[in-house]
Amino acid sequence: MRIDAQTSQKIAKTLIWTAALFVIVVLFSIIIYILIKGIPMISWQFLTEIPRNMGRSGGISSSIVGTLLVTAVAVIVATPFGIGTAIYLTEYTREGRVTRIIRFSAESLAGIPSIVYGLFGFIFFVIYLKMGWSILSGGLTMAIMILPTIIRTSEEAIRTVPNLYREVGFSLGATKWQAITKTVLPSALPGIVNGVILSIGRCVAETAAVMLTAGSTLRMPISLLSPTRTMAVHFYILAREGISMENAYGTAALLIILILLINVGFNMLVNRFVSKGR
Amino acid sequence: MIQQSKIVIKDLNLYYHEKQVVKELNLEIPQNEIFAIIGPSNSGITTTLRTLNRLCDLTFGARQEGEVLLDGKSIFNKNVNVTELRRKVGMVFDVPTPLPMSIFDNVAFGSNLNGKKSKAEVEEGVEKALRMSALWDDVKDRLNTPAARLSGGQQQRLCIARVLALEPEVILLDRPCSALDPISTAKIEDSLIQLKEQFTIIIAPHTIQQAGRIADRVAFMLMGDLIEQGITHEVFSVPKDKRTNDYLTGRFG
Repeated sequence: MRIDAQTSQKIAKTLIWTAALFVIVVLFSIIIYILIKGIPMISWQFLTEIPRNMGRSGGISSSIVGTLLVTAVAVIVATPFGIGTAIYLTEYTREGRVTRIIRFSAESLAGIPSIVYGLFGFIFFVIYLKMGWSILSGGLTMAIMILPTIIRTSEEAIRTVPNLYREVGFSLGATKWQAITKTVLPSALPGIVNGVILSIGRCVAETAAVMLTAGSTLRMPISLLSPTRTMAVHFYILAREGISMENAYGTAALLIILILLINVGFNMLVNRFVSKGR
Repeated sequence: MIQQSKIVIKDLNLYYHEKQVVKELNLEIPQNEIFAIIGPSNSGITTTLRTLNRLCDLTFGARQEGEVLLDGKSIFNKNVNVTELRRKVGMVFDVPTPLPMSIFDNVAFGSNLNGKKSKAEVEEGVEKALRMSALWDDVKDRLNTPAARLSGGQQQRLCIARVLALEPEVILLDRPCSALDPISTAKIEDSLIQLKEQFTIIIAPHTIQQAGRIADRVAFMLMGDLIEQGITHEVFSVPKDKRTNDYLTGRFG
């Protein structure tokens, strides 16, 4: 039996709507469930006190600080390397063996389970470089983990900048570096920032790899060499050891809110920058 | 009156990889005139223009043989500072390409690159360039709005202003009006006629009529060969070559 064009159009439309609706329902039910369970736990005390009694009571301030520091180290280290590699791949070299090797490595790195990064970070940073369980070890491990994401998204963003922009730059007497920094990168910025936001999300959410490299102490970190327990790790331990489901949900809700805030904040920054030009 | 040649092209051969796109081109381009290079697409005109400010260097596989002299000096010489050359020989492209920034920043782009000018000098230069391209009155109250909000014709005049702000000696225009309506085109043509007092202009017009309206001299190129060149009204009224006549009367192209 053949289906006529109008019917197949209707069937396709229905299926696509169903798929989209399904995704929205699943996503929102997870987020709303966690927020409903978690938000009542969030109080001034929860935000400002360090955990007491293994996390049964007290707050999670040390974990919030630890999460922010590990993520900051990772992003500050990985972003320049990632964008630099992307610029090299798009502007400074022609497609060939070298670009294929770099791209292949980046793709392979992106596919490795995070626990493997954790193991590498543990052996290399924690033991071999004697950094111990620390924010620095955790942050550097995360930096390696998010590098492929930043490279790929930046590369895509730079590639979509019309070649004419570069030529306009050159024809107005720009050097190659000026053409890149003044015409190409500003146009590619929204895409690049998107990659960084995605990476921040991965850092904030990472559990296994940070537990192996940053440790799981509940104390407030005093330097980058202090160990710490990030929020995701704290949540994992609270839930897994059955210490306090209430505080686990509170931590999870705060994680979601944190990621939302980072997203919105960065987007506002980019929009302010971009709206000057469009 | 003896006019000086601003640009002399000698035995120029241009290639993309193995394909030759311009063959044995010889042209002398006089100072303070509008010189039009006409011909159907695929004649090597764009490549020729892009060679004159060495924008061709950026295209993979493009190479050249022969000589181009600007004020008697070779532009292919190893000692030539290419960015300086491109400031002297400015280029306007066929599609208006405002950069994603404000009107002011677009025009100031070139001046800000080497940072030699003070803020006041840059502002003065921007106003002067916008006046010369007849855009000043349209935009003087909204210099800080994004350039992308201008109309197509205004955008192209902005691109011309951007080149003028560099205080170049030669302006190359590659089919600058091909994306524009007749009124915008007329405005740009008026500006160009004003501008030749100060600059040497080489244009690839998008129509023969445009060459007839503004050019002092024309050269006709076909498939990479220079067929004929001379004073515009002479070439247009009595073409020496049958192919020129065919092209001008619209038998092809």
